[in-house]
Amino acid sequence: MDFNNIKKLLSTNHGEAISVLEDTEIILVPAEKWSEVAKDLKENKDLTFDYLSCITGYDNGAGKSIGVAYNFYSMAKKHSLEIRIEVDRENPEVPSVEKIWRTADWMEREVYDLYGVSFKDHWDLRRILLPSDWDGFPLRKDYKEPDYYNGMPVPKDKSYWE
Amino acid sequence: MNTEYLKELGIIKGDEMILNMGPQHPSTHGVLRLKIHTDGEIISFIEPHLGYLHRCFEKHCENLSYEQCIPYTDRCDYLAAMHMNHGFVMGVEKLMGIELPERVEYIRIIIAELQRIASHLMAVGTFGLDVGGITPFTWCFRDRERVLDLFEYLCGARLLYNYMWVGGVSHDLPKDFIKRTTEFLDYFETQIPEYNQILTGNKIFIERTADVGVIPADVALNYGLTGPNLRASGHSYDLRKEEPYSIYDRFDFDVVVGEGTHGTLGDCWDRYYVRILEMYESIKIIRQAMADIPNGDVHEAIPKKVKPPKGDIYTRYESARGELGFYIKSNGKNIPSRVKMRSPAFASLSALNEMAEGWMMSDVITILGSLDIVLGEIDR
Repeated sequence: MDFNNIKKLLSTNHGEAISVLEDTEIILVPAEKWSEVAKDLKENKDLTFDYLSCITGYDNGAGKSIGVAYNFYSMAKKHSLEIRIEVDRENPEVPSVEKIWRTADWMEREVYDLYGVSFKDHWDLRRILLPSDWDGFPLRKDYKEPDYYNGMPVPKDKSYWE
Repeated sequence: MNTEYLKELGIIKGDEMILNMGPQHPSTHGVLRLKIHTDGEIISFIEPHLGYLHRCFEKHCENLSYEQCIPYTDRCDYLAAMHMNHGFVMGVEKLMGIELPERVEYIRIIIAELQRIASHLMAVGTFGLDVGGITPFTWCFRDRERVLDLFEYLCGARLLYNYMWVGGVSHDLPKDFIKRTTEFLDYFETQIPEYNQILTGNKIFIERTADVGVIPADVALNYGLTGPNLRASGHSYDLRKEEPYSIYDRFDFDVVVGEGTHGTLGDCWDRYYVRILEMYESIKIIRQAMADIPNGDVHEAIPKKVKPPKGDIYTRYESARGELGFYIKSNGKNIPSRVKMRSPAFASLSALNEMAEGWMMSDVITILGSLDIVLGEIDR
């Protein structure tokens, strides 16, 4: 199925919640509709997105929204789709799809780790790559490196090691 | 660890105990720590702890120009660095709309398949080592060494190449490279039957690996397993066939899938044997590519400035470990605004608990070895 048909199918099933990002083949879904849409993506016989390839967190810049991009591929139907969810950076909350695609478990943990997006109903939302006592979310554009980590000074310019 | 305390907290149940494996353990293939809940010898739960090798690849990329990111991709999967280079530059090229000269495409395919052989040799060798066979490990290293020699001859580096550039490759094939590669392939083809003698058909090896750590195709797919690990479960999915990138559609080769020869489909033995057979397919591809490689200038399409237009792209690449994805967001500058790497080994490792539950301690080593993980790529 090509992108236009997928979009048409999703719009008939979920109404006006579905929109397309300008000039691209990317579908925007509001966070509160996501669990419903995700279930449909997996279970709808015409879509069958059985493989979640990647979950990417991104930041639109200081003061703007935080986004999560999902890249799907359907092994059965041989089509792919990208879905994006953009949420407020103060309180980023996205429903978890970890129960639908198990691979989302760790991928969501990674997005949480680096962007601080909290995935609702995730069974085990902890940091995965960074140490558990890390402060802040380093891939956010407004992240400032701390001066001290566990009492150790953080070297920031050459004067520390030259 | 205080067992009573853990029981009170409900972290462990009954006669369970927690056993730590790693981060300094030879068979975790790097710095991986596994927190294993065991009841006697039986595994009830495994919790992998990652991040010991986290080098902030994605954060670095946001501060480096595209050309400077390429050496960093090398260091992610240091056993298949050419694949990392290739996957990344493919994304940037697509973003910029660069048409590559034919010769570059052919060179890239030859090099990528040689790299696949080297990486699979490492996987097979260390897997043999994990289940107790030292000889196949040394044999595999001997042959992998010859591939690395070829790479050294090609670009001067043995492990971390920075060979594939946006729009081209750093060096053209040196004189006699094709001849040397042909010699290597002729030699190597006679070596694979030897691995089969010492490992594949070995009764002890089969006992240790057949029927162990079975993962059915649908579960594997749900966990995002790709590459040889998914194919071993009988799911014929190879990006080189499925969505042929570069010029893979011109070559004749088969997608190897597991058949459950010595046990259940999708066991450790299948995962091992898929890699052996894939080496034959790589040889086939290299021979075809070398037969009709055209002449040309490999630096012709390299842009003066790598400055992709505003936009995002998600590219997928079949690396030795599975589907490698690069999500690149460009804001029109010479520095990417976001680079995300979809690591195949990361997804493979997430299925470890599913596969190892109910097996013995020694089988965890087997299962982990059969997944062929590289921690550099998992932690990034």
